[in-house]
Amino acid sequence: MKILSLADLDVLSHAGRLGLYPGQVKISVGMATCGLAAGADAVYEAMQKRIEQRGINALLTKTGCIGYCQQEPLVDVRLPGAGRVIYTQMTRPRARALVDDLARGDLPVDNAWAVIDQEENLVEGQVSRFARLPELAPAPALDQQPFFTSQRKIVLRNCGYIDPQRIEEYIARGGYRALHKVLTGYEPQQIIDEVLRAGLRGRGGGGFPTGRKWQVARNAPGEPKYLLCNGDEGDPGAYMDRTVLESDPHSVLEGMIIGAYAIGAHQGYIYVRDEYPLAVERMTNAIRQAREYRLLGEDILGSGFDLYIEIVRGAGAFVCGEETAMIASIEGGSGEPRPKPPYPAEAGLWGKPTVINNVKTWASLPVILARGAGWYRSLGAPENAGTVVFSLVGQIANTGLVEVPLGMTLRQLLEGVGGGSADGKAIKAVQTGGPSGGCLPARLFDTPITYEAMKATGSIMGSGGMVVLDESACMVDVARYFLDFTAQESCGKCTACREGTHHLLVILNRLTHGQGAPEDLALLEEVAGAVKIGSLCGLGQTAPNPVLSTLSYFRDEYVAHAVDHRCPVGKCAMTAPISAVGAVEV
Amino acid sequence: MLPAQKYRQPDPGAVLAALHEISARCGYLPEAELRRSAVELGVPLSLMLSAASFYATFSFKPCGQHKLQVCEGTACYVKGAAALLEYLSAELGVQPDQSTEDLMFMLKRVRCVGSCGLAPVVRMDDETFGRVTQPDLEGLLARYRQSPPGAA
Repeated sequence: MKILSLADLDVLSHAGRLGLYPGQVKISVGMATCGLAAGADAVYEAMQKRIEQRGINALLTKTGCIGYCQQEPLVDVRLPGAGRVIYTQMTRPRARALVDDLARGDLPVDNAWAVIDQEENLVEGQVSRFARLPELAPAPALDQQPFFTSQRKIVLRNCGYIDPQRIEEYIARGGYRALHKVLTGYEPQQIIDEVLRAGLRGRGGGGFPTGRKWQVARNAPGEPKYLLCNGDEGDPGAYMDRTVLESDPHSVLEGMIIGAYAIGAHQGYIYVRDEYPLAVERMTNAIRQAREYRLLGEDILGSGFDLYIEIVRGAGAFVCGEETAMIASIEGGSGEPRPKPPYPAEAGLWGKPTVINNVKTWASLPVILARGAGWYRSLGAPENAGTVVFSLVGQIANTGLVEVPLGMTLRQLLEGVGGGSADGKAIKAVQTGGPSGGCLPARLFDTPITYEAMKATGSIMGSGGMVVLDESACMVDVARYFLDFTAQESCGKCTACREGTHHLLVILNRLTHGQGAPEDLALLEEVAGAVKIGSLCGLGQTAPNPVLSTLSYFRDEYVAHAVDHRCPVGKCAMTAPISAVGAVEV
Repeated sequence: MLPAQKYRQPDPGAVLAALHEISARCGYLPEAELRRSAVELGVPLSLMLSAASFYATFSFKPCGQHKLQVCEGTACYVKGAAALLEYLSAELGVQPDQSTEDLMFMLKRVRCVGSCGLAPVVRMDDETFGRVTQPDLEGLLARYRQSPPGAA
């Protein structure tokens, strides 16, 4: 079928609604990678068998990740016309018992974690309310659960709500309407103007205004132009992009098609890291479906506009998340970065104007175009419009994937959404921005989450990894962990990065093995400064941040290691011979 | 010409895809395959080799049949991944990124599989396990040693 009009979209939307809200019992199992890691596939199989044995009329489906990873596997049950009940920490026995209950016509309430009484179709600005079954009165509504109360889902709007393998369900929640709106009613320049007015900034962490990047690419001489989606989420401790690619792939595709029309590109690539096989599978399926409906490919929606999108799989190189390295990787060689300028928007893939945006940036765009710049700006903080997605992990009570308005303070995020520390120990710091970021001490937790305020602390917003560290963490060892990472992932092109990160690691290894000296602190600062100014790309320029931020906020811990040869929290061995850690003498 | 091709470059970009294909088919990158592929793609062998050696995914030597990956992402690190890696290294008698002599297992460190909410995480081939403990690993190894999946 070829979609040409809103009426055609309505037909698919209707089909999608039959899947989302069927006239029979619907059971959904959260089956993104995190759900699977917790055993969701075993739960799914157990339910499938039991449903057959019991012969009940139930639709069993797979959905993505709603973000509450702490309690995976999650199973939702929806009775016809009613709200959705969420059950947490499902096991095979509990899954079978749940089917047995349903077969008897019961809906168990004692272990119902929350009920979704209303669902928002964000793109069309509609809220559907569902009846609450009387027996479920004691269960809290989803937005009464502290984990969800302050969240505002834009990027994650469909994650955990739809079956990511069915384009119809994406369309039923307003999908591809923004695309139809802009292809039938907007000149490309109008789209860029709208994105500029909305104030959307790059969600990969850089925070560069998306509209400005597009404008440069649109105006730059050179044809053809290219479009890239950066799904090479390399920061350890971060899985925002994986979740979106796995749980709502069409939101990324729709954003890319809109962007391609705005800048005049006809070929796009989605670069996905090799560690995300399920994301590749789901995205491949989404591209195939979009092609079948002519939402992608030749003559999209009958507008005469063509766009082809292909997936490129990375191969385990962190540096490829840097845009010029990614371009080199797609061009076929080693993923080594090159100097900027020229920026990719002027001369990128094969020397042509190329726009690179992060997965979350692309996924935000359909909603922004559908609801308008004013609506988007009304969320968030001045110069920091909209929402930001974090993977909130480490020593925190509620681990998971969260999306909050920009401008919220770290404290509100950690204590409100995250529920405080995991096991009663005080939270000591949060690490943001992965190996490019830093550690913020608890006394700075009233910092608002904005690009500027985070940068002023010596860390960065980053792409969304937020690892919570409690009293048991040694900050010198945390710095060592990140330098071990960057020393190995440095591509080796720039001497300052290749040798400097290694040198920093050697010093940190000395400190954590009781062989440090007082002058090591000054040496760390000196080498860090050299790596920062002597490196071409973001990897090297930011690699010293974990050292510098911990040195500035937790200097006493460094002094204890260097002068007293003591690890204050008792984490570091302090005794192992230096040869055992693979370090060389400096 | 397919319609898609009018917007594409003749494609040295296929190098990475070719490396993936060989690696998936052979389990590693045999030299003969690299030579054949270089001719096919019309690129110098040196380009294939430099790309292959740049990326952590590829190996020039045969690897263990089952890839056991210990995630070393930040959340896993905070939650004790190092001890899991140490246990597996001792149990299998290999260092990380090496394969057992019988080529049954390959032990790998992986940067982050992105299941940080369930740290620590271990992946056996395509299967991901969360909140892993040492007894879990004992069970997993025992299961694979007794009846390796894929063996008749």
